[in-house]
Amino acid sequence: MKSKTTNYITLEFLSRSANEAFARGAVACFAAQLDPTLEELGDIKTAVSEAVTNAIVHAYPDRLGRIVVKARVLEDNILEISVRDWGKGIDDVDRARQPLFTTGGEERSGMGFTIMESFMDRLTVRSGQGKGTRVVMRRRILPRPAGR
Amino acid sequence: MEINITAENRQLTVALTGELDHHAARKLMDSLDQLIELHLPSKTILDMAGITFMDSSGIAVVLRAKRRMEALQGALLVVNIPRQAARVLETAGMSRYVDLV
Repeated sequence: MKSKTTNYITLEFLSRSANEAFARGAVACFAAQLDPTLEELGDIKTAVSEAVTNAIVHAYPDRLGRIVVKARVLEDNILEISVRDWGKGIDDVDRARQPLFTTGGEERSGMGFTIMESFMDRLTVRSGQGKGTRVVMRRRILPRPAGR
Repeated sequence: MEINITAENRQLTVALTGELDHHAARKLMDSLDQLIELHLPSKTILDMAGITFMDSSGIAVVLRAKRRMEALQGALLVVNIPRQAARVLETAGMSRYVDLV
């Protein structure tokens, strides 16, 4: 179902690991307008960090490339975040989404997609070999009475 | 990422401050490897009280430190875990592998 966008931002940056903090921080600032709890904000930052790190580590393993993060506020207090790269793509998306699966060696835990799935309400991953990957995540921020 | 070290009686305590993401993790892993090799502790304590953010890169750091300590037949303890980092560790089922306090 198509939801109406009420606000959005677009960030574009180079796949340098120094930009991980920038990306999750910027999306968290944008998400603040939905009045999330600290826990909801922590979940969003973590999911963004996982998706952006995947793009940096796996999409562009031996070169720098372009990453675009879009965040949208949809009706009904829903935050949608997409992370897009134009890197090498994922051979087998279903396998990549399995817990502990990684091609990143000892430096990666293989838990990135599991955390994105657990911390967000919805996760879709589209990828084509040599074409790149788009990860789209949604999280509804529960409305709360003032002062909660 | 800032680290502060206390080593006495073969116990190594490493206090972490800052954001633990993929950018910080590689350097931290190298530092922990070197510290464990230098002090040969029987117990290493990772004190996370100063961690302001952690993603799954922190899981890889903890698992690697755990493996290094197992090679020395020693123990790894992770303490003072802030709520956000605890959610990441819990989601990964880390309590099955490491003592989280």
